[in-house]
Amino acid sequence: MATTYRICPRSGLQFDTEAEKLMRFHAVCGVLSLLVGGIMALGVILTRWPAVHLLSADVFYMVLTAHGIDMLIFWIIFFEMAVLIFASSTLLHCRLATPKLAWLSSWLMVLGAIMTNVAIFQGESSVMFTSYVPMQAKWHFYLGLILFAVGALLICFIFLGTLVVAKAEKTYEGSIPLVTFGALTACIIAIFTIASGAIILIPTFFWSIGYIREIDSLMYRVVWWGLGHSSQQINVSAHVAIWYAIAAIVFGAKPMSEKVSRTAYFLYILFLQLASAHHILSDPGMSSEWKIVNTSYFMYFAVLASMIHGMTVPGAIEQAQRLKGYNKGLFEWLRKAPWGNPAFSSMFLSLIGFGFLGGISGVMMGAEQLNMLIHNTIYVPGHFHATVVIGTTLAFMGLTYFLVPVLFKREVLFPGFAKIQPYLFGLAMYIVSLVMMGAGTLGVSRRHWDMAFAGAPMAYEWPGAAYLMMGLTGIFGVVAIVGGAGWILQIVLSIFFGKKLEEGEIRSTPIPLTLPPPAPAGAAHPPATPGTMVLALIFLTAFILYYFVNWKYLSSLWGLS
Amino acid sequence: MSAILPPAERLWWKQPIDKLEFIWVAIAFVWSLVMFGMMIWWHIYGNQNLSNETYKTTKEMFAAKAQAVVDQYTVRTETDQQVPVVKPPAGSDIYLIGRLWAWWPIYELEQGKTYKLHLSAMDYMHGFSLQPQNINIQVHPNYEHVVKITPTQSGTYSIVCNEYCGIGHHTMVGRMYVK
Repeated sequence: MATTYRICPRSGLQFDTEAEKLMRFHAVCGVLSLLVGGIMALGVILTRWPAVHLLSADVFYMVLTAHGIDMLIFWIIFFEMAVLIFASSTLLHCRLATPKLAWLSSWLMVLGAIMTNVAIFQGESSVMFTSYVPMQAKWHFYLGLILFAVGALLICFIFLGTLVVAKAEKTYEGSIPLVTFGALTACIIAIFTIASGAIILIPTFFWSIGYIREIDSLMYRVVWWGLGHSSQQINVSAHVAIWYAIAAIVFGAKPMSEKVSRTAYFLYILFLQLASAHHILSDPGMSSEWKIVNTSYFMYFAVLASMIHGMTVPGAIEQAQRLKGYNKGLFEWLRKAPWGNPAFSSMFLSLIGFGFLGGISGVMMGAEQLNMLIHNTIYVPGHFHATVVIGTTLAFMGLTYFLVPVLFKREVLFPGFAKIQPYLFGLAMYIVSLVMMGAGTLGVSRRHWDMAFAGAPMAYEWPGAAYLMMGLTGIFGVVAIVGGAGWILQIVLSIFFGKKLEEGEIRSTPIPLTLPPPAPAGAAHPPATPGTMVLALIFLTAFILYYFVNWKYLSSLWGLS
Repeated sequence: MSAILPPAERLWWKQPIDKLEFIWVAIAFVWSLVMFGMMIWWHIYGNQNLSNETYKTTKEMFAAKAQAVVDQYTVRTETDQQVPVVKPPAGSDIYLIGRLWAWWPIYELEQGKTYKLHLSAMDYMHGFSLQPQNINIQVHPNYEHVVKITPTQSGTYSIVCNEYCGIGHHTMVGRMYVK
């Protein structure tokens, strides 16, 4: 099928027309899922806010199920499919492999997403995001997820096919760009993830229609988390790729070392999938040896990789800024960064929040014994709102500010609001994550309708501090939802009513990428990055302190052996 | 814009690594090993390790064992549901049932003595969350998890269910006494 190529006059990027339509389609589906998930978030937060306690128990559990699935599966994976298409066909200047199959897969994903949502809102599938057996949902709940996964899997293969096309048709020289390499990592993890999902959800579907008598609850948890946790690792790979991309787009930053960054991604490929164990640490039936090796990604090699990315991304920015002359002191490069550019501020808040809040808490609760302190408490959603909302969603939001003019050819409306939106949404989520973790440290349960235990014959009374933190969760949760809703409104209005921008040249053949002439021998070394090193050491200090404080806390508990 | 372009140097893997970057990688690597070692160290020297002792069981078998202990050592009953309060001898096996929507029975334990607590669920999964201690353990149906516990402080404790188990989940709270 013949396609055309558009050269974007604003970014210089070259878009295959079919690929471009697909990216827009997936971005729109993602934002619609985010909209549904966001409305559900309001229901969840207003019920867990003790003073408000809005919804009845059955509606709350239904809304919470929808919130989890629409956010963690549909919003994020739709957007990631757009990222995969961008990182392959756009960055490699080539045509997308099998566009017709890509459209079929995309519609399969939409069909699946609708089917699962219908099942949830019919009210008899309030089984949470995790749908643990032996609690049973309706058959179309599982079937929808399976169809969605099949669609996503096909697009992963189309991504790989597109890499092959680019290589065969010689549309680039040398190695694939770092961002494409990150997307490749995400794609490989996605294939593992979706396979795990298929292995457990297909039998569960047959169980729901009566063809299988029993699904073992422990087996379900171990395999399901191969889907549930690894799908969040796709996000990590994808949003780290977006950090690199935004640093490149905004600053012209060059990775400090291709070798180090790519090795770090390679560690993700090797080890990130072991994280299923994080959810099984307080379960019977799995040995401590299994738990320790898996939960630590085999000696924390994937944590090592994230710590590397966490330093090399700001390090690359520091180098680029210092080359521009922002050389005063340790932090002039950071002070003079474009804090009013939402693509940059989103990305930087995403990076800091992901590391300090999501990363440190994740490693703490992923230690085998420490997990007992917070297993199934609201600490867990506190942690993953820092990784998935601050880390992933905020990075995706930042990238979208860049994509509206480039991909949708519209000017972003309300630039004043765009300047503050990342702070409104991002900082509110920082607080939400922190106070949820605080309440979880006091033991407050996740997925729980009423912390006052109305109607329980032997109710427990949480300390006042727990109520205070859940109240703050409510208040700042609402602020974050305002920031998120504002973003959706702004993006949707810009796409429909923003000023139309020039389309750019349309060509029938792609322009291949060529390497610049090699730098002359003895060229200046890139500047050193002392500011980033100081930030990294502050991070390390916080990490070590928090880690050992929790061992101290653990040592005060009853004896367990 | 080079993270989104092919590396300018064809032989990028032969480029030297920035010095500070290398130092950071080394620090992060050492810290990773420390954290890995910490979990093993705690198995040897720490007092809070979750037991691996687990058996496959059935709801009927587990309920029968729990009933036997309750029949032998019940000292009184509490609440309108007449929940038995069971005071087993120190060191004995005690059985806690999680079911929709109660933990059964109530145990009265001695401070500083060790008991073998057997956990299992009768229907869905449940979450054993001992408050205000904050010890949290997943409880599965058809699995019998044997955890040795040594209460170190006296008081009245609550067992909150923290695995979602349906519409009455929030009413599932049990109790445990330590004297």
